[in-house]
Amino acid sequence: MSHTILSWAMVFAQICLVLAMALAALRMARGPRAQDRVLALDTLYVNSMLLLMVFGIRTGKVIYFEASLVIGMLGFVATVALAKFLMRGEVIE
Amino acid sequence: MSSIEHAADLPAWAALAVAFFLVVGAGLTLIGTIGFVRLPTFYERIHAPTLGTSWGTGGIVMASMIFFTVLSTRPVVHEILIGIFVTVTTPVTLMLLARATLHRDRAEGNPDVPGEAPAQETVDDGTAAQAD
Repeated sequence: MSHTILSWAMVFAQICLVLAMALAALRMARGPRAQDRVLALDTLYVNSMLLLMVFGIRTGKVIYFEASLVIGMLGFVATVALAKFLMRGEVIE
Repeated sequence: MSSIEHAADLPAWAALAVAFFLVVGAGLTLIGTIGFVRLPTFYERIHAPTLGTSWGTGGIVMASMIFFTVLSTRPVVHEILIGIFVTVTTPVTLMLLARATLHRDRAEGNPDVPGEAPAQETVDDGTAAQAD
C-alpha cells in the first residue's frame, strides 16, 4: 500500500516538475525583456536539477545525484555570467 | 503503473515520508513557477521561483536522503551538498540579476523604478570618479 503511494508520489512529482519546466520555457519564449529570459533559464536549471533527483530516487542509482550537482553548478555560473552581461554589456572586462 | 522493485524492502513509514517530501517539494516548485508566469512585473516575478530553490529543493533533497539512508541502512547525506549549494548561490544570482535589471531600468529612465540614491557627501579628491 505504502509502496503504491510512493510510486504515485514519484509520478506526481515528475509531472509537477515537467509542468514547471514547461511554464518556465513559456516565460522564456514570451518574457518581455532579457532579464525575464535569464530568470526563466535559471528556473529551468533548478527544475531540471530537481527532476534528475526524483529520477535518481525512482531508479535507485546515485549517478543522477552527481548529474544534478553538475547541473546546479552550471546554472549558477550561467546565471551569474548572464547577469553580468546584462549589467555591463560584456562578461570579462 | 510500474512499481519500484529496488525499493521493495523499504519500510512503510519511510515510503510514506519519502512520498510526502516528494509531493511537497515538487508541488511547491510548480506553484513557484506558476507565480513566475502570472505575476505582472519583473520585480515581483523574481520572488516566485525562489519557492523552488528553498522548499522545493529542500523537500526533494530530504526525500532522497531518507530514501537512500533507509534503503542502504547507513547514513547517506551527500545530497545535503546540493541543498547547501543551492541555498548559498540563489541569493547571489538573484541579487545580481535584480541589480542588473535596476541598472537597465534606470539607464532607460523608466519612471516605475526609484532613481539613484541621493548622493552622499563626497570627498572630492578624484577617487569618487573611479569608484565602481
